[in-house]
Amino acid sequence: MYVAVKGGEQAIENAHALLAEDRRGDQAVPELGIDQIKQQMTLAVDRVMTEGSLYDRDLAALAIKQARGDLVEAIFLLRAYRTTLPRLAETRPVDTGAMRIRRRISATYKDLPGGQVLGPTFDYTHRLLDFALAAEGAVPDAPEAPQGDDGTMPRVSDLLANENLIETEPAGDDGAPPPDLTRDPMDFPAERALRLQALARGDEGYLLALGYSTQRGYGRTHPFAGEIRMGAVEVEVFVEEIGEAVVIGEITLTECEMINQFAGSKTEPPQFTRGYGLTFGFCERKAMAMALVDRALRCRELGEEATAPAQDEEFVLAHADNVEASGFVQHLKLPHYVDFQSELELVRKMRREIAEGRWAEGEAADVAAE
Amino acid sequence: MSSSSDRKHEDGGSQAFSRREWLAVLAQSDSDQLEILWNDQPSPPVHTFLRRPETGLALVRGRTGGSGAAFNLGEMTITRCTVGIADSVSGESIKGTATVAGRSRRHAELVALFDAVFQDNGLGPALRQSVLPALRQTRQRARAAQAAKAAATKVEFFTMERGR
Repeated sequence: MYVAVKGGEQAIENAHALLAEDRRGDQAVPELGIDQIKQQMTLAVDRVMTEGSLYDRDLAALAIKQARGDLVEAIFLLRAYRTTLPRLAETRPVDTGAMRIRRRISATYKDLPGGQVLGPTFDYTHRLLDFALAAEGAVPDAPEAPQGDDGTMPRVSDLLANENLIETEPAGDDGAPPPDLTRDPMDFPAERALRLQALARGDEGYLLALGYSTQRGYGRTHPFAGEIRMGAVEVEVFVEEIGEAVVIGEITLTECEMINQFAGSKTEPPQFTRGYGLTFGFCERKAMAMALVDRALRCRELGEEATAPAQDEEFVLAHADNVEASGFVQHLKLPHYVDFQSELELVRKMRREIAEGRWAEGEAADVAAE
Repeated sequence: MSSSSDRKHEDGGSQAFSRREWLAVLAQSDSDQLEILWNDQPSPPVHTFLRRPETGLALVRGRTGGSGAAFNLGEMTITRCTVGIADSVSGESIKGTATVAGRSRRHAELVALFDAVFQDNGLGPALRQSVLPALRQTRQRARAAQAAKAAATKVEFFTMERGR
């Protein structure tokens, strides 16, 4: 428990001024513009939008600047801003199959319709520091190749679906809105739609660690990266005056479909199962980790024994949100003077009593634990 | 649902746009380009706001596995606006509407204005013909350049024969 305290206004004001000065850094160095962050720190912007759960590149860039590059703080800022805006609409579910592809790879098929498109990837770079970037200079235009179609590509999972070797994704009822954890508190057991929403907003590092744990044997799911795709999709919103859904713009998404081995059950023949990841922007590592964790959390419906942390739905979902986690960890910084004083008094009292020989050894620990 | 928006507005050529289609083109066009095109008009109509530009959120939905049941992915900023003008021929009131991604109030206003004038019996057909193909071309050019750069990174993986 912490209690409200008064005072310190001047110190707080001065601390904020010092924060502003530190944020700006050496004034001889040009100030960072929002447009620079938006254009040149694109993957930081993408992460802040994804976990901030708000697609707006300008706001995410502003949040990153304000947070001095602390992305979890920037995510907090974006979440807080979001609460000031009214919700005007729900979009039609985006069609990632119609994505204008900028990157699309599959680890399961060498030759696939549409081909492997690497896009702007760190893969195959040598991870050697490039000191040329330390000097400013123009970047040559990336090469272009003739592109016959509109850049859309068929799904890899459809290739398996055509042979009935992968589970079909239940269609669901588009008339019934999916659960929304921003409106109703999370309830367990959570249906998959709710889990996916929580994972999509979840902390990348946390999901990465959980996904990694499944690979190392804590709830193994035998995953293959069936397909990873990144590119732009059109967003449609129902407009009353028009009487139907209208395209309002495009957003960039990253999608990962994991294909997992499944031995079959009493009711299901042996087939491949799916894990799904979807993020705003280009958050490939996050999308992959999300797909691994999504599949691990499906253990119950697939009749697998839940033995590992990544399969424990309540544990995974209740701790995935870094704004909540950060808030609760950091609240320990708030004054706990009264709590601490009483504990201090207790320890002193126990010490006194032991010194006076009133207790046998070991008893003190039992009392303290009470 | 059948609605007037499905009706193609014939512009005397192969370029015909339904209202739904032109709203999509306008929403995905650059606000600065729309501004220039709007100012190019010799006598832009006087308009009133039926709904002033308002910024809020749209809840973005995805589908499980890309094709299954819907789930909530996150939100995005959107801005909407509705304007009214008087038809240059009949004098009847015309409503122009806009919902665009992002927080640009001016973008929403311009889209609503164009939507209204495009429906104008006198000004509409000519303006549609001069504005929409150009906007669509700008968008297609940008998309083609992006697609061409992605296409240049297309690879063929060769599986090497190992351990004979």
